[in-house]
Amino acid sequence: MRSRSLVRLVLPPVVFGLAFLVLWEGAVKVFDLKPYFLPPPSSIWTRFRENLGLIWEAASVSGTNALVGLVVGTVIGVALSFVLARFRVVNELVTPLAIALNAVPIFVLVAVLNNMFSITSEVPRRLMVSIVVQFIVLVNVTRGLRDIDQTHLELMRSFAASEVTILRKVRVPNAMPYLFTALRIAAPAAVITAFVSEYFGGSQNGLGSRIVGNIAISANAAAWAYVLAACLLGLSFFLTAVALELVVSPGGVGSPARDGA
Amino acid sequence: MTKAVEIRSVSKVFNLGRPNAVEALVDVDLVIEPGEFVSLIGPSGCGKSTQLRLIANLLEPTTGEVLVNGKPAHRARLDQDYGMAFQQAGLFEWRNVARNIELPLELKGWGKDRRRARALEMLALVKLPEFASHYPWQLSGGMQQRVAIARALAAHPPLLLMDEPFGALDEMTREHMQDELLRICGETSTTVVFVTHSIPEAVYLSTKVVVMSPRPGRIIDVVDVDLGARRGVETREATAFFRKVTEVREALRGIPAAHREPAVEAE
Amino acid sequence: MFGLSLALVAILWELYKWLGPEDGGTVMGWRILPRAEDRAMPHVWDMLRRYAEPERPGSSGTILAVVARGAWLSLRLALAGFVMGATVGLALAVVMARFRVVERGLLPYLVVSQTVPLIALAPLVVSWGGRLQVGGFEWPRWLSAAVLGAFLAFFPVAVGTLKGLTSVPRSSLELMDSYAASWGQTLFKLRFPAAVPYMAPALRLAATASVIGVVVAEISTGLSGGVGRLIIEYARAATSDPAKVYTAVFGAAALGLLMAGMVSVIDAVMMRNRPREALE
Repeated sequence: MRSRSLVRLVLPPVVFGLAFLVLWEGAVKVFDLKPYFLPPPSSIWTRFRENLGLIWEAASVSGTNALVGLVVGTVIGVALSFVLARFRVVNELVTPLAIALNAVPIFVLVAVLNNMFSITSEVPRRLMVSIVVQFIVLVNVTRGLRDIDQTHLELMRSFAASEVTILRKVRVPNAMPYLFTALRIAAPAAVITAFVSEYFGGSQNGLGSRIVGNIAISANAAAWAYVLAACLLGLSFFLTAVALELVVSPGGVGSPARDGA
Repeated sequence: MTKAVEIRSVSKVFNLGRPNAVEALVDVDLVIEPGEFVSLIGPSGCGKSTQLRLIANLLEPTTGEVLVNGKPAHRARLDQDYGMAFQQAGLFEWRNVARNIELPLELKGWGKDRRRARALEMLALVKLPEFASHYPWQLSGGMQQRVAIARALAAHPPLLLMDEPFGALDEMTREHMQDELLRICGETSTTVVFVTHSIPEAVYLSTKVVVMSPRPGRIIDVVDVDLGARRGVETREATAFFRKVTEVREALRGIPAAHREPAVEAE
Repeated sequence: MFGLSLALVAILWELYKWLGPEDGGTVMGWRILPRAEDRAMPHVWDMLRRYAEPERPGSSGTILAVVARGAWLSLRLALAGFVMGATVGLALAVVMARFRVVERGLLPYLVVSQTVPLIALAPLVVSWGGRLQVGGFEWPRWLSAAVLGAFLAFFPVAVGTLKGLTSVPRSSLELMDSYAASWGQTLFKLRFPAAVPYMAPALRLAATASVIGVVVAEISTGLSGGVGRLIIEYARAATSDPAKVYTAVFGAAALGLLMAGMVSVIDAVMMRNRPREALE
C-alpha cells in the first residue's frame, strides 16, 4: 500500500518531465530551431559533461559567495533579531523597513558596493548576499521570538521567571522553526543574489559571468549547461537547508512562518 | 401519497474490493412519510451521516435503491428536491447573509429581484430580518446556523436533511435553536431527516427516532415519539419525555424492546 | 514610521562616514569595511541634491527626469510581465485543480522552481532580442525583459492560486454538489472566492519577481532606457560623479515600492469584505 502511494506520487512528475524533454528535443528537430534560440537537451547535456571541470570551478566561486553571505547574514540576522525582540521601539522602526525592502530589487546595491571595494574583490557580492539573507532571517526569527503563546508566557511569569529565562526556555525554542523557514527561503535567495550580483561587473569567475560570456561567443548550448549548473547549485542549497532542519529537529518539519511579506 | 424518502435494502461499502474496504451500512430499510421529523441516532461510525448522504445522493449505494419524493435520489438532487444543513454552517465568508441565502436560487437561474425577495422572506422566517447586509463573521454561531437553515429552505424544498447542525453550539443556544427549527418546519410543513448524537435532542424534535447499531450500521429499532405536535419547555420536563429518552437509550445499548425496564415514574 | 526608519538609515550612513576609516578597513584580517571617503560614500544630502542636476554636464533637464523616465519604462515592462505571468499562472492553477493528474505531475516542478535561480536564464532570453524572428515577427529587445518578468511571476501565482482553489472545505463542496452545480459554477462561485486570501500573498511575490526579472534583463545586456541600464552606466562614472549611481538606485527602489503598492491596493479591494483573520 505504501509503495502504491509512492508510485502515485513519483510517477506523474517523472512522466511529465520525460515528456517535456522528449517534446523539447523533438520540437528543435522538427521546427529546425536555431541553437541561439533553443538548443536541444541532448547537446546541453553533452556540453555539461564536457565542461564539467570548468563548471565546477565557476560554481565554486558563485557557491562560496552564496555560502559566506548566507552564514554571515544568518548570524547577523539572528543577533539583530534578539535586539528587535527585546526592544519594541527598534522593532517598530526596523520591521517596516524590512518589509519595504522585500519588495525592492535591493541587489542593485551591488553596483554601489562595487565602488567601495577593489575591482577584483568578491566582497561586494558576499556583502550583498549577507544583506539579503540578513533581512529574511531577521524578520522571521524576530517573529518567532515574539509570537509566543500567551499561555506559555503567563505560566512562566507565575514561576517568577526572569526575562532571560523566558528567553532561553520559551522564546528560543519557539523561534527554531521560524529560523528554519527563514533558511529555506534564504538559501536559494543567497544563490540567486550571488548570481545576479555577477552581472554588475567585477570579477568574472562565477557562473553568471560564464553564462554571459558563452552567449557572447554564441556557444548557447554551453550557456544552457551553465544555467543547469546554477539550478543544481540553488537546489543543493535548498536541500541542505531542509536536511539541516531534519537533522536538528527530527520531529517537526514545516513551520508556521512565511517570509517577511 | 408519495413517500418522502424510501430506502430499500441499501448497503454501502467504501473501498469495495480493496483491502481497506469498510462496511458502513448493511441492509437498511426505511420509509419516511411527508411531514415527519425523523432523527437518526447511533454511536460514532454507525453510518448515520452516510445514510443522510445516500438520501442526498452525495454517495451512491452499493446495493439497493434510494427514492426521494418518489424519484431516484439522483433525479431528486438534480431537481433540487431537498435542502441540506451541516454541522459547520458553511456560509461563504465573502458573501453577505442575503447573498448566502440566494446561492441555491442563483444556481437555479432565478432573477435578481425574485432571489432577493425570497431571501428576505426566509430571513423573516428565521427571525433575522435586520441582518441581510451583514457578513457571516459578524454573526454568532447560532445565528449563522439559522442563516444556513434559511439557505437550505430558500427554494422551498419538501425535504430538509440535517447533519448534526447544532453540534457546535452551546447547550442553551442549542435548546433555543431546536425550538426555532420546530417552528420553522411547522410553518413550512417540511419533512426533516436529522442526524444527531444527542438522545434528548432526537426525542424532543422527532416524530420517529431511528436507532442504529455500531459499524456495520443496521437499524436496530424505530421508536415512535408521540409527544404531540406542539412542543415546548413543558415537554422537556414531562414524564413521557424522559420515558422516551430511556427507551431510546436502552435501544442504543442493545437491549431488545421486549426486555426493557418498565416505565419509571420520574419526579 | 517608515519615514523614521529611512531617517535612521540615513543617520547610520552619516555616522559611519564620520567615524569610519577613510581608506576602508579590515575586521579580523578581512577587508570588509568600505571606504568612508566622499568618493566611495557620498553624503546623503549630496545624493538628494544630485537629482536637481543634469545627467551629464551640458545635457538639458535634470537627472530626476532621466531616472523617472527610466523607471517609468521599467515599470511598464514589469506590469506587462506581471499581468502575463499572473494570467498564465492562474490559468494553469485552474487546469491543475481540474485535473489532479496534471497537478501531481507539474506541481513538484513548480515548487522546486522557486528554489532554483531561474534568473540564470536572463541573458539567454535577452539574447533573443534582435535576433529571433518568428514568421515575420521580430522579437523586440524589451519583450525579453517583460517575458523574463512574466516567467518569474508565473510560479508563485500558479502555486498560490492552486493552494487556494483546493483549500475549500469539504462541506462547502458537498453543498455545491447538493445543488447539482457544475464544475464551472463551483469554480466561480466557490473556489475562486475561497482562493482569494491565498492569491494575495502570491501576487505580492509575483510583483516583486517581475520587477527583479525586468531589472536583471536590463542589466545583463543592453536594454537601454530602463532603470537597470542607468544603474550600470552611472556606476561606471562613479569615480568622477559618485552620487550619480544612487539616483538610479533610489529609482529602482521606487519602482519596486510602486509595484508592491499597486498589489496592496488590489489586495485590499479583493479582501474588502473579509474578516481580518482571513489574511495569512
